[in-house]
Amino acid sequence: MADGAVLTRIETGGVPGSAPPATASHVTVRGLTKRFGTASIYERFDLDIPRGMLVSVFGPNGCGKSTLINIIAGLIPPDAGEILFDGKPLHEIKFGYVFQNYREALFPWLRSVDNIEYPLKLLKIPKAQRRARVEQLVNHLGVKIDIKRYPYEMSGGQQQLISIMRALVVEPEILFLDEPFSALDYEMTLFMREQLQRIFMETGTTTVLVSHDLEEAVYLADRILLLSRGPAQIADYVRFDTARPRTDTTLSDNAFIATKAHCLEVFQREVRKG
Amino acid sequence: MRKAFDPFLPVLGVIGLIALWYLAVWIRIVDPVLLPSPTDTFQAMYKGLAGGRLGFDFVKTVERTILATVIAAAIAIPLGVFLGASERLYRSVEFVVDFFRSTPASAMFPLFLVLFGVGNETKISVAAFGAALVILFNVAYGVMNARKTRLLAAKVMGASRLQVLTGVVLLESMPQTFIGLRNGVSLALVIIVVAEMFIGSTDGLGHRVFEAQQLFNMPDMYAAIFAAGALGYGLNLLFLVVERHFVHWSGK
Repeated sequence: MADGAVLTRIETGGVPGSAPPATASHVTVRGLTKRFGTASIYERFDLDIPRGMLVSVFGPNGCGKSTLINIIAGLIPPDAGEILFDGKPLHEIKFGYVFQNYREALFPWLRSVDNIEYPLKLLKIPKAQRRARVEQLVNHLGVKIDIKRYPYEMSGGQQQLISIMRALVVEPEILFLDEPFSALDYEMTLFMREQLQRIFMETGTTTVLVSHDLEEAVYLADRILLLSRGPAQIADYVRFDTARPRTDTTLSDNAFIATKAHCLEVFQREVRKG
Repeated sequence: MRKAFDPFLPVLGVIGLIALWYLAVWIRIVDPVLLPSPTDTFQAMYKGLAGGRLGFDFVKTVERTILATVIAAAIAIPLGVFLGASERLYRSVEFVVDFFRSTPASAMFPLFLVLFGVGNETKISVAAFGAALVILFNVAYGVMNARKTRLLAAKVMGASRLQVLTGVVLLESMPQTFIGLRNGVSLALVIIVVAEMFIGSTDGLGHRVFEAQQLFNMPDMYAAIFAAGALGYGLNLLFLVVERHFVHWSGK
């Protein structure tokens, strides 16, 4: 079997030997409880997100994939529980969040470059420095789009790329993406996966990606978090260690196929339970 | 070839109308005293506007309409933002706003006459009242319908409530605000012209139309009507151009 094809259940805190260097937990979720009306979405839920890894969140419809990152990112208040980033609360760290609906998340009255600068403006960073930071980011990522244009003058993929850059410009400790590519067509989705992989390889930012596409979830991830139906529990926390950059041939690797098949099996088991 | 002609399509209607008009005059379908020829009418219009009474009255009506709209906007835009910022607050005043928005502003003349007398103030304040309600309603809806994702996006990047309001909500409501301004200025013009006809006026387009009719000077009357039409169209166009410039993202 290829390297990294071993499917291991990651126990919180436990790190198997053959994996990349030991990674401390970056985000710790303890005792998270969230109810919507009478529906219990999370009940004393615990989770660790390792530093510098890309974690995909996958699970049945309505299990609370998006709710999880929305709570972690402070968009929805939890009913109970504690979420810490290196032991610090959310308001003490810098983070980025990318919405599924880029059309509604970007500000159409601002040029793309000003959209990207917006979070820096909130941090009261002077104009010249803001410009420099954006320019640096553009060069760093090798983005080849004219950011002087307005978002509505761009394609969907370009707009989402602007959203991602807006999230990255503050040099976040952690990046959240809520189904970022699901509003794009297939061709653009494939292109954007590569962009995200490149960005992740360049920056090494801890990334949490909610996805409804298992292929995408596995292809991009170091860890695939599989959730059960509500109240959601960790059905499995699968590792996928294939070296980056991953390419089209990764999709036909034994390791990829085995991991994806395993995830699908867990997923279907959870769907049948509901 | 067909496409190249398209921009001139609107001209066809104008030519058609004038041709029909000439035809009606020529076959004397209407008494010539009641329907002067287009030539006589446009001559009267030219003479009136180039240094005549009509030009003076035109300017008066423009002044009143603009003043009424400015007053209406100055009151209604801040108030609309304030009310729209809390949906429950707006719901509590919605009936009152809708009721007076549906009340014909002309029915308010007697009340405003008592309050302000027979001067300019009455005309302008009734028009401002009517326009303000239209603007208020649109601004409040613009604010209430601000895209939630956009507000969340600003919030998640660390914007304070005030920063969300000034940097996102206000701009989000701009397209709807401009719809309110455009409807408001049209309504203000209607009210001003009616007021000029009947409330002890000595000038304005309404007065000009009314006086020409009383004197049975039909070319002058038609000229004043067309001037009022041109004014209404022009004001609407002006707001559209301003809107396209300032709210370039509208509808995109």
